[in-house]
Amino acid sequence: MKAIVWQGTNRVGVETVPDPTILLPTDAIVKITSTAICGSDLHLLDGVIPSMERGDILGHEFMGEVVEVGRDVRKLKVGDRVVVPFNISCGMCDPCRRGLFSACDNSNPNHRMAEALYGGVSGSGLFGYSHMYGGYAGGQAQYVRVPFADVGPHRIESDLRDEQVLFLTDIFPTGYQAAEQCGIVPGRDVVAVFGAGPVGQFAARSAQMLGAAHVIVIDRVPERLAMAESAGCQVINYEQEDVLIALREATGGRGPDHVIDAVGMEAHGHGPGALVDTAKQRLKLSFDRITALRWALLSCAKGGTVSLPGVYGGLIDKVPMGAAFAKGLTFRMGQTHTHRHIAPLLSRIEAGEIDPSFVITHRATLDEAPDLYKTFRDKKDGCIKVVLNPWA
Amino acid sequence: MSDDRPVPASPDASDPTPQSDELGTNDTGAQLPTLERSVMGSVGVALMGAGLRSGRPLQKLVLGTVGAGLAAMAATGRNPLATALKIRQTPQGEVLVGDAVTIGRPAEQLYGVWRDLSGLPRLMTHLQSVEVLDERRSRWTVTAPTGTVSWEAEITADEPGRRLAWAALPGAAIENHGEVLFRPAAGDRGTEVVVRLAYRPPAGSAGAVAARLLGEEPAQQLRDDLMRFKREQELGFAPTTEGQSSGRAAQGGLA
Ligand SMILES: [Zn+2]
Ligand SMILES: [Zn+2]
Repeated sequence: MKAIVWQGTNRVGVETVPDPTILLPTDAIVKITSTAICGSDLHLLDGVIPSMERGDILGHEFMGEVVEVGRDVRKLKVGDRVVVPFNISCGMCDPCRRGLFSACDNSNPNHRMAEALYGGVSGSGLFGYSHMYGGYAGGQAQYVRVPFADVGPHRIESDLRDEQVLFLTDIFPTGYQAAEQCGIVPGRDVVAVFGAGPVGQFAARSAQMLGAAHVIVIDRVPERLAMAESAGCQVINYEQEDVLIALREATGGRGPDHVIDAVGMEAHGHGPGALVDTAKQRLKLSFDRITALRWALLSCAKGGTVSLPGVYGGLIDKVPMGAAFAKGLTFRMGQTHTHRHIAPLLSRIEAGEIDPSFVITHRATLDEAPDLYKTFRDKKDGCIKVVLNPWA
Repeated sequence: MSDDRPVPASPDASDPTPQSDELGTNDTGAQLPTLERSVMGSVGVALMGAGLRSGRPLQKLVLGTVGAGLAAMAATGRNPLATALKIRQTPQGEVLVGDAVTIGRPAEQLYGVWRDLSGLPRLMTHLQSVEVLDERRSRWTVTAPTGTVSWEAEITADEPGRRLAWAALPGAAIENHGEVLFRPAAGDRGTEVVVRLAYRPPAGSAGAVAARLLGEEPAQQLRDDLMRFKREQELGFAPTTEGQSSGRAAQGGLA
């Protein structure tokens, strides 16, 4: 089959690789009908996330049709049309039973690697996301092996198009969880979202769905800001305005009640802090650049919530903890518990509350994907979200 | 910009090197003989060099840190590396290894698996065999770099569903004893399995450190064994990516 393969830092290519097979009786094979490139794939592309190996198949946002199931698979059948969460969860361990699917104890075969970095605990395995997260082959391919097939895949029974449900695999639940964990008081709370990439877009619209009185989106890319504006958000271009002052003005000096950092460790920003972050990241002394996180802590209102869907990889310093303490902020963060959001969000799509396909700017074939990785990374050509058809 | 705002000066918290006063007051770091010190000094410097040359960030961090630790150990005559690597030792020179895991199964069931000593090699992959000799005595065989090592052990405590303890009989090649506790976890989380082992490493603290660096160290083995046990009990199998498709298999490499 054809697959997008990591070939080394800043190199991805299309290769012909063996078709996946059932390795365990709980596996299924899914023929992929649509897959997407995610912002966090860019962390893999540029080598910020360690433990990638040449030949790894990328991709963790995909959907398709079940073509084969292992002998212990009970719920899923050949022919089912499914969306597949990007995190792989066993469904049996204590975190899974509590709905903390991304914290699954059992699904990462390389738990030792993650434990070494994260203080003795490993989260769930992830599709196409380095060996630290299990080394599972990803879904930017024609077929994928889906482990724990009775736990992850969610059947799509309505006739919604792929593009309307594909993002249930990651960016929609990720944006939604970021907003949900703010505990928004409907009709009262102001929510600021740093980063108007795909996750930021979904976080902003989710905050609106959850009743936020006002949503402010901060970015520097005009197309992204325009997309947020078209949803009724106020936008701030941080290259043209002083973010902290603009947020104070917009909120009567209180600051936003909740701030979502949908940027994570790859924040651009400027000033000496950002330069130091970049230098340390280059020297592999630190994995993270944290301008957005600093702004989030400094801008958030007293008693507010700082919600972090953006990916952080390693150690960070120069965090304004004094501000966070003084204002009594709550931090909520973590990998998305995708599984538990799919059904409720699918209902919202079916009810016409939201059509997630709004975020798509580019449609392409697998062969065009390597170029689009670069277009997406460089935010050229108005690129916000790329969807690939592996069979085109 | 916000980054220019004056903030109170604070020491850089990113330095992972342990502070020397912590090491000095920690009584788990063993005293080192002179020969051991000089060997560690040179190995440490070599590792630091290898770490700095390595292009892989994790490897760089690990080798560099380990190298610095060995060098510091040589310089101070303490065994901070044993401490830094969480190698715990009694004043008598026994290495202590302990770990715990919570498993969503009843204590009786988990105890039953351990009590069947002859089945232990399935739990602990470094164990080659356990031969049950009678109610209390058994013969344990492990694979070692030098071949196999065998000793006789005796059950010293047996509380069904709660605790099992054993000790090697005098004269064993590797003196060791241990226990496993099965405690009900709060709520509906199942059972907390706690394992404590003590052994006398063949080459003292340096042997323990070298074993750890080679990944052959009991603390890591125990951790792996407990995770494997948990997965076997909760899932009935171990998750794997072995044999999956990749761009490596296409080139004749391993998938
Ligand atoms: Zn993603
Ligand atoms: Zn689990």
